[in-house]
Amino acid sequence: MTGMETSNLTKEKLRKMFAEGKRFDGRELLESRDFEIEYDVSNKAEGSARIKMGKTDVIVGVKMQVGEPYPDSPDEGNLMVSSDLLPMASPRYESGPPKFDAIELPRLVDRAIRASDIIDFKKLVIEEGKKVWTIVADIYPINDDGNIIEASSLAALAALKNAVFPEIDKEGKVDYDKKTKNKLPLAKEIIPISFSFYKLGDSIILDPTREEEEACDARITFGISNWNKQIMLNSCQKKGKAILTSEEIEKIMEIIPKKFEEFNKKLKKFL
Amino acid sequence: MRNEINEAHEAEEDSESTSRWAVVPGETIVSGEDYLPSEGTRREGENVVASRFGLAEISGRVVKVISIFGAFVPRRNNVVIGTVSDITFSGWLINIDSAGSAFLPIDEAPRFINRNEMDQFLNIGDVVAAKIWSVKLKGIDLVMKGKGLGKLEGGFIFKIIPSRVPRVIGREGSMVNLIKEKTGCNITIGQNGWIWIKGPDTDSEIKARNAIEFVTSKVHVSGLTEKVEQWFAEQK
Repeated sequence: MTGMETSNLTKEKLRKMFAEGKRFDGRELLESRDFEIEYDVSNKAEGSARIKMGKTDVIVGVKMQVGEPYPDSPDEGNLMVSSDLLPMASPRYESGPPKFDAIELPRLVDRAIRASDIIDFKKLVIEEGKKVWTIVADIYPINDDGNIIEASSLAALAALKNAVFPEIDKEGKVDYDKKTKNKLPLAKEIIPISFSFYKLGDSIILDPTREEEEACDARITFGISNWNKQIMLNSCQKKGKAILTSEEIEKIMEIIPKKFEEFNKKLKKFL
Repeated sequence: MRNEINEAHEAEEDSESTSRWAVVPGETIVSGEDYLPSEGTRREGENVVASRFGLAEISGRVVKVISIFGAFVPRRNNVVIGTVSDITFSGWLINIDSAGSAFLPIDEAPRFINRNEMDQFLNIGDVVAAKIWSVKLKGIDLVMKGKGLGKLEGGFIFKIIPSRVPRVIGREGSMVNLIKEKTGCNITIGQNGWIWIKGPDTDSEIKARNAIEFVTSKVHVSGLTEKVEQWFAEQK
């Protein structure tokens, strides 16, 4: 089942409404939905978090694995982000080989986290060149009501902060039943957040619902973090046919620091 | 747009006096040979058993389960709202958000359509209100001749859970008429859960949509019409 594609009527209506600065749920164009983060939703994972952002609902689990390092970085651990867009989350998703969205989502989350340097990969080494920790973060959208990229990146951050190392026994095997109290080597002050701006007509909106997201012509996603009290732009990805003008990008650049501060405040409650 | 298109037999029967309670599939609703299993129920020996998750209701001898969730099952004479997904040489393929695709023949267009210029009347992504003429194995046939049917222009469409459509229509259209009256909007409800709203301005359209979403979130509540009136009073 693929549901019904966006009709010309709804798209036209949304275009007009955005031009007037209105949305169906009464939010401002750049107003984000409130979110709530819940921890320890999975008892088998080393760390897990569930975010609820309006009707959007995403679970992220973190699993720790021991393995060989990559040949080009013998003194560093690894991060692996994967996701499975479950058919129960949305009629748009189907089981089977991953499609474009299912490949793009974990890559965007991975890039936003990795490039912010929040994880000190050098501290993930058990034995240099032979044994390192690999952090595996799995993203599971439970319900997709738009903007799962932002929700997933927040949940992934929360799950990483929540995760602890499992114990390693004398033979060097990981005992997943015993958890230590050691948290992952994360930089405390760095907070990576990803923001997705959507464009329809001449309007730019943030945090769309699924209906709005499907109607939009273009999306641009930025991975943002803070470093030395400066706001850093770590990654960027654009999707969709429509063009973003340089004025629009400048406008977005003005919005990002404000949004980052806002999310920083909201996150303080949960982290 | 008048309400003839909202099938009277699909609309809610007397909802205020009968009691309802939640049942799960396999649960016995009543036992005894006197009762007749209806929609969403089946007979197992003495008992009438629910086959869907929903609210059980006994009116006279008839036992039925009003499902709370569930996909739209197309039936003859249902009014549906769909989008054009493809144009063929003899008609349009319409996505009505159900299993199987629906076909709208070119003869159903209200005026003569040149076969080479079919997209002039209905292009891909356009919205139509149509009635189901037949449901066969190979697909669903639609007709578009009738009051309130045809290409929809202006306004917008959105979706609710199809099994809650009767509640939004209300008894003999009372609920939808109340919303139309209070907001001044034109509302067409498809049995497939898609609803078209067109009003004088954006604000009243948004209000009509919020009212309908309020109704769908309170399906199990009795005396809903008063509650909706109250909701409208609070909005001002």
